[in-house]
Amino acid sequence: MKARITITLKNGVLDPQGKAIAHALGSLGFDGIGDVRQGKYIEVELDETDKTKAEKQVERMCEQLLANMVIENYAYELESK
Amino acid sequence: MKASVIVFPGSNCDRDVAVSLEAAMGRKPEMVWHGNSTVPASDLIVLPGGFSYGDYLRSGAMAAHSPIMWAVVEKARKGTPVLGICNGFQVLIEAGLLPGALMRNASLKFVCRDVLLRVERNDTAFVQRYEKNQVIRIPVAHHDGNYFADEATLDRLEGENRVAFRYCDKDGVPTANANPNGSQRNIAGIYNETGTVLGLMPHPERLADAALGGTDGAPMFSSLVEVLH
Repeated sequence: MKARITITLKNGVLDPQGKAIAHALGSLGFDGIGDVRQGKYIEVELDETDKTKAEKQVERMCEQLLANMVIENYAYELESK
Repeated sequence: MKASVIVFPGSNCDRDVAVSLEAAMGRKPEMVWHGNSTVPASDLIVLPGGFSYGDYLRSGAMAAHSPIMWAVVEKARKGTPVLGICNGFQVLIEAGLLPGALMRNASLKFVCRDVLLRVERNDTAFVQRYEKNQVIRIPVAHHDGNYFADEATLDRLEGENRVAFRYCDKDGVPTANANPNGSQRNIAGIYNETGTVLGLMPHPERLADAALGGTDGAPMFSSLVEVLH
């Protein structure tokens, strides 16, 4: 099973990198750029075949290491091989 | 006094802080590799600056889960003083010994220069040789030093007198101009609940000898020796 994990900054946490990207897109001539937020995308391959167990495992991974729960949220999808 | 300096792959201020410690203590600290699972008997543990694990994932995140940190966290919780400088501060936060987060500098630039700090209190083992509200000059060198915590946590830190240092101007006023990285409330360093764990972004070891152009960092090391013997 493969976990596709997306980590994003929580609402209210300033994202200077996102702001810089928005500015650069504007400089390239892209009009109508609103808020831009930068995050991380992580793929983890799991031996686990039980979906419920895999979900629990991924949530523990996110909370212990992959996301900083002070400033970040995580979301994930599981994909069977 | 016995001190241990934890060395992670990518630490690069471990030797500088060892020199400052030796100058103050009159003996060399133990250099302890991150893969060890125990810390030798120590009156002080130092997590040095650098780029542990290449700042992968988030600054300090990988080091916070290395084998030695289990032992460091246990000793810290039992009251052994722990000093985390720059990357060491990031590691302390990621290990859950200090609250909040250290985010990318607001300017998005690596900032490497001397800054002025106001000493917020002088009643812990780290700062007895400073005056309260003294303005000191210490260098910063970081990309991720922008201190963030939610309002409730910031209020709690202030209410419990746990802000150690603030970026300030020459008159000791914490202005936006004096803030090198966008840290909330100009916070440069904080303590844990008991004042025994200190994390700060600036590098006292980089101005702790007249040959380096200043000595404002030296009192931190002499304070520790005075209190911890």
